[in-house]
Amino acid sequence: MVHNRSKRPRHPDTQAPVTEGMPEPTYADGARRAAPLAIAGVFDGLTFGVLATSAGFGGLPTLVMSATTNAGSAQFAAASLLGAGSGVLAAVSTALLLNTRSLLMGISVSPALRGGRLRRFATAQLVTDESWALGQVEPGRWDRRLVVGAGLAMYASWVGGTALGLAGAGLIDDPRRFGLDAAFFAVFLAVLALQLRTPAARLAALGGAAVALALVPFTPTGVPILAASCVALAGARRRV
Amino acid sequence: MSDPWLVVLAVGAGTALLRGAAPAALAGRRLGGRAMGAAELLPAALLSALVATQVFSTRSALVLDERALGLAAAAIALLLRAPLLVVIAAAALTTAVARALA
Repeated sequence: MVHNRSKRPRHPDTQAPVTEGMPEPTYADGARRAAPLAIAGVFDGLTFGVLATSAGFGGLPTLVMSATTNAGSAQFAAASLLGAGSGVLAAVSTALLLNTRSLLMGISVSPALRGGRLRRFATAQLVTDESWALGQVEPGRWDRRLVVGAGLAMYASWVGGTALGLAGAGLIDDPRRFGLDAAFFAVFLAVLALQLRTPAARLAALGGAAVALALVPFTPTGVPILAASCVALAGARRRV
Repeated sequence: MSDPWLVVLAVGAGTALLRGAAPAALAGRRLGGRAMGAAELLPAALLSALVATQVFSTRSALVLDERALGLAAAAIALLLRAPLLVVIAAAALTTAVARALA
């Protein structure tokens, strides 16, 4: 059994004088933070269910994908590419490229997780764009219970929404007609707004958008977003 | 095995590895200040790239369409400190109405 190697205490209480005297966050706090996003997530899942079905993905694979991959943008990309006849390799590589950011998120959340390697690996499966953004207690520091609570709420809404979408796939012919795709970027914009407290973060946001849009015409899907993440890395290196 | 199942399996396994690799390998160790600095800036760069590409591009083309109006509506709602559901509704409704009129 591999234990936490460091002798220093890692517990949020002892690590952050900022939260001293404040009640420690619970799983429910994480779920509560995620509640508005979870409601939007039902619609995102519903949209995915409808779109994947219309792309010829089949009901069971669509539901299993939401339950196992649990990553909206990657799933949309994979289903639409396969539907457009791009082939398995293109669909898989694009989806994984979009999810490369999970690796970076895993690195940043890692100090907040507990237990042996297997438990850390399992807990990290709940780290998504949303639970990662919501589980931050201050820039650069995460709380395990907030991440897990938010992650579970998002997971339930995403899988449940997908099931609803499959059930009603015949009812909504074109989810774009109802602006459901806009729900997606509205959520990301709202989370982004919370991140812009420092000049460095605002610069990173501007740089990220500029780099991503500049690369859109020239690179495969997924590359622009990955390159934008590198802007953050470069920016941080300059600052330290 | 059919193509959709292949995609589901490969993307699922790959994503699980991407998510779990660092926490399993790093155990309790913390990366240096430089990596943590990047972790602070990552959400801003990443989210803004996601928003930009989802609003202003379709596959590999830069596009200016009804989604831009939806984004503007969401931004205004956020500036007015509206709750998240209102922000989402404003974006979806504006985009839908603009599409209906177009």
